Amino acid sequence: MTTSTTVPRAGRWERLRDSYLLYSFKRDLVAQLSLLIFIAMVAVAILAPWLAPMNPYDLAQIDIMASEMPPFWMAGSDDAYLLGTDAQGRDLLSTILYGARVSLIIGFGAVALQAALGICFGLLAGYLGGRIDAFLMRLADIQLSFSTLMVAIVVGALVKAIFGSSTFSAYAVPLLVLIIGLAEWPQYARTVRASVLAEKGKEYVDAARTMGLPSRRIMFRHILPNTLSPIFVISTVQVANAIISEAALSFLGLGMPETHPSLGSLIKSGFDYLQSGSWWITLIPGAVLVALVLVINLLGDWLRDVLNPRLYKG
Amino acid sequence: MIAFLVKRLFHALLVMFVISLIAFAIQENLGDPIQQMVGQSVPESEREALREELGLNDPFFVQYLRFAGNAAQLDFGYSYNFNQPTMEVIARHLPATLELVAAATFLIVFLSVPIGVYSAIKPRAWLSRFFMGVSIVGISIPVFLTAIVLIQLFAIGVSWTPFPADTGWGSWLNGVITTDGGMPAYGRGNPVPVFGTWTTNFATLEGLTYLVLPAISLASIMLPLFIRLIRAEMLEVLQSDYVKFARAKGIPLRRIYFLHALKNTMLPVITVGGVQIGTLVAYTILTETVFQWPGMGLMFLDAIERSDIPLIVAYLMIVGLIFVITNTLVDLIYGLVNPTVKLTGRPA
Repeated sequence: MTTSTTVPRAGRWERLRDSYLLYSFKRDLVAQLSLLIFIAMVAVAILAPWLAPMNPYDLAQIDIMASEMPPFWMAGSDDAYLLGTDAQGRDLLSTILYGARVSLIIGFGAVALQAALGICFGLLAGYLGGRIDAFLMRLADIQLSFSTLMVAIVVGALVKAIFGSSTFSAYAVPLLVLIIGLAEWPQYARTVRASVLAEKGKEYVDAARTMGLPSRRIMFRHILPNTLSPIFVISTVQVANAIISEAALSFLGLGMPETHPSLGSLIKSGFDYLQSGSWWITLIPGAVLVALVLVINLLGDWLRDVLNPRLYKG
Repeated sequence: MIAFLVKRLFHALLVMFVISLIAFAIQENLGDPIQQMVGQSVPESEREALREELGLNDPFFVQYLRFAGNAAQLDFGYSYNFNQPTMEVIARHLPATLELVAAATFLIVFLSVPIGVYSAIKPRAWLSRFFMGVSIVGISIPVFLTAIVLIQLFAIGVSWTPFPADTGWGSWLNGVITTDGGMPAYGRGNPVPVFGTWTTNFATLEGLTYLVLPAISLASIMLPLFIRLIRAEMLEVLQSDYVKFARAKGIPLRRIYFLHALKNTMLPVITVGGVQIGTLVAYTILTETVFQWPGMGLMFLDAIERSDIPLIVAYLMIVGLIFVITNTLVDLIYGLVNPTVKLTGRPA
């Protein structure tokens, strides 16, 4: 018994075409533009190895003599470097493309981890209740009261102290996914738990239970699909948060190393040259970071207005 | 009321217990005081004797009790780097951070309430839309980037617009957004001592100029959040029956908005707001890094860099304490001002 559908339903595409989601999307210019820019940025980041003029990870291609060159509209620029170069002579455009890729990988990875943890814990807490619920929610309360950024900074600092700088740099991407994922799961757990509590009392859950289905099946196959819309909404916001968290950690020197920079560590490395007038090393990656986070937030806003779930405030 | 108080205090103690366990585990696993105390040439047998003498071979539980006992007296040992009691180091850095948080909180409160209320009262006015647009952009800018941009604009003062400075409006634009010399961008300047280790930036005009840019950066991260929150709550309150009734009675609109509606708007703002003010402490780490502001955040990062374990442990405990105190106070205040909260049997 793998398929539980007995009533014939319209295909996925027909349902999408007739949905309110698509209807409102067609009428919202901001959402369309945001999605367009977001897709473009993701595509450019994924295709960075083929699009970028040079490979910033390849030391042989870096010319230290060409360091701190300004972008094309300023005097003293070189046509070979459209957005100028950073302090190590890396082409800024290429470094930003690769950096955006790192930021996006960590952002999505961390959110996947948060979602997995938060959904499991939220389902368990909401469906089983009792001691498990009290314990998990107390844990979430404590973690949230410290603000996710604080938790991430402290955990990041400790992980770096335990592993040492060189090991940390070598495994920075998975470690950052782990740190940010562990710091931000309570948001998911709370949202899922709230929806589960609302769903738990409904007849279909009672029916499933009387049929003798195991709890795990009821939780994941029956209740979870009905809690998806709030999960979608917070997922967009959480991706934006994770990207900002990663940038903040990198800026503090607890994230990606400068040899393998994300947008955050690019901003950090450029900050030291701000006083000497080379503002572009810091502010161009900064503008890219803001644009990326902004379009994700705008999409999240639109999605929340459309799906309008009861969200946990703050 | 008493039962609620006791419950909250018990919760606070529990959280502090968890934090102290974590801090103790860090101290146990990362810091070897023997290595810090003696030179390379000291033989293993003497190290072992010293270890025994200091009680480092005692069972975990005994050592934890000793740690907790010392922590209760705010004694976290000596900082490796400063070679001073950690609490003295923290006491020296605490005023800078607290003043920064206070200045940012001041900005947040006095800007978010009027803006939030205005955009709720006139949701379709272009100014409201402008505020909402700015606030979503504001949420998307990381706090350290705001700080960097502020430094670039107001402290460094280098022309950086894409327009050449000699053409008409290129020079105008450059003149508008850059100020020569401008604001001080680094450190606290010369804060005036008040008493003990407390020095203040609020006393002199020069001190205040040092405070302006860091405070604006720190406030910028919370301001959009608060504006949106106040607007959303106010919009909800304005839909309620008692506001409609007050309007029907002919009470002046100004009175309805600022007396009747604002009171109930501020209730949820207190809970969210109180907790967020606490999290400002986390953001001070970023702001202080950019501005080299000599507060606790910068001290903490420095301690991490130098593996100054006692200082890291002390910072975690003190910041933990600050968080727990603010959260408990916020809960108590909310319980007091909101008559609909049942103080004893509150659902978890």
